[in-house]
Amino acid sequence: MHALKKNRPLRRIVLASAATVSGMVMLLTLKPHTSPVLATTGTKSPTVSSSSAASGGSGTAGGGSKKSVTKTVTGDTVQTRWGPVQVRVTIKSGKLTEVAAVSYPQDNPRDQEINSYALPQLRREALAAQSAQIDTVSGATYTSDGYRQSLQSALDSAGL
Amino acid sequence: MADAVAEPAEAPAALRHAEEVMGTVFSFDVRGGEPGAVRQALGTAVAGLHRADALFSTYREDSEVSRLARGGLTVAQVAPEVAEVLDMAAEAERVSDGWFSPRYRGSVDPTGIVKGWAAERAARLLAAVDGVCGVSVNGGGDVQMLGAPEPQRPWRVGIADPLRPGGLAAVISAAGAEELSVATSGTAERGAHIVDPRTGRPAVTDLVSVTVVGPRLTWVDCWATAAFAMGSRAGLAWLESLPDIEALLITAGDEVRCTGGLAARLG
Repeated sequence: MHALKKNRPLRRIVLASAATVSGMVMLLTLKPHTSPVLATTGTKSPTVSSSSAASGGSGTAGGGSKKSVTKTVTGDTVQTRWGPVQVRVTIKSGKLTEVAAVSYPQDNPRDQEINSYALPQLRREALAAQSAQIDTVSGATYTSDGYRQSLQSALDSAGL
Repeated sequence: MADAVAEPAEAPAALRHAEEVMGTVFSFDVRGGEPGAVRQALGTAVAGLHRADALFSTYREDSEVSRLARGGLTVAQVAPEVAEVLDMAAEAERVSDGWFSPRYRGSVDPTGIVKGWAAERAARLLAAVDGVCGVSVNGGGDVQMLGAPEPQRPWRVGIADPLRPGGLAAVISAAGAEELSVATSGTAERGAHIVDPRTGRPAVTDLVSVTVVGPRLTWVDCWATAAFAMGSRAGLAWLESLPDIEALLITAGDEVRCTGGLAARLG
């Protein structure tokens, strides 16, 4: 009984972290502005799911020059193993300034519990990666499968 | 032209590509140059990676390295690239006092050096294209950077935090360096896979990750592997003794230890 209780928070954190990573990849694969497209010279280029998911863009021009444009992009709804997720990002002067989940699984108390942790975390990590203005990531060598969940794959497909 | 997007102001055009090879993914980011010429060089660089995989893979029975290990080939018969890499691996073993080893269970196995060497070679090939001002090649988490992405902006590399997935432990800037590489060895992605050459078993270490920074990825990658097996105390002291090398080590207890000159590279 006691052991079971102790076990639950850990499970939650594991699930939430997994949700965060996939959410982050999904989020950064939105292609809101002039991001370069992956070249296709290779035969087995990995593609990150929903890389062409940017479905709508309501541009609100904040000035004449391209640099001061604020743009809001809502991605397509993506099916995750936890349910459908849809994300909206705001880009100001080419920088990610806000990340919000438009729809996400909230059918049961466990979903809600995970969301309360994962969604703020997702937002924080996406904004942190953006503000760090990194071009690439060094870390322990990932496998081809590991790559698909990596921050590097998000950077590659978002062309940040 | 679809791949080369002219960004606002004077930013050079960027060509990005991700290639699955050697059991991982290589990410390319090339700035400047005439798009057709850059694309052609990228094709050559990618073909070079697949050729290296065919020559060096210990997972392929017909690779030169597998045949060498079985005794079906002699060192005198191997391709020039294989001879070059074996020479460099022997040097890495000397410099690291045996902590980097080009053998596994007694057989020749230069796996620990091939990926870094291949990524560095690919980066140099792309940098040689007319008009290219910056190249970044990331071979599964180990990066070779040459030049800069934009005239006033250096390459910046996030160091993955092994204890906080998705987070960064630090950011390294290549400001002022014409060439810089960053390699990380650790257990975050594939568990305890680094072998202690002295025991032949997974290295017993207090480290979860070692990141090494220096000019050439071929060496930096070997030093990260060797220092990881040494552990934090001996590893840090050894890295500190190497010229032009800086490092950041993270222990299982979440302690961060750095070489004296690393601060100058933090962005």
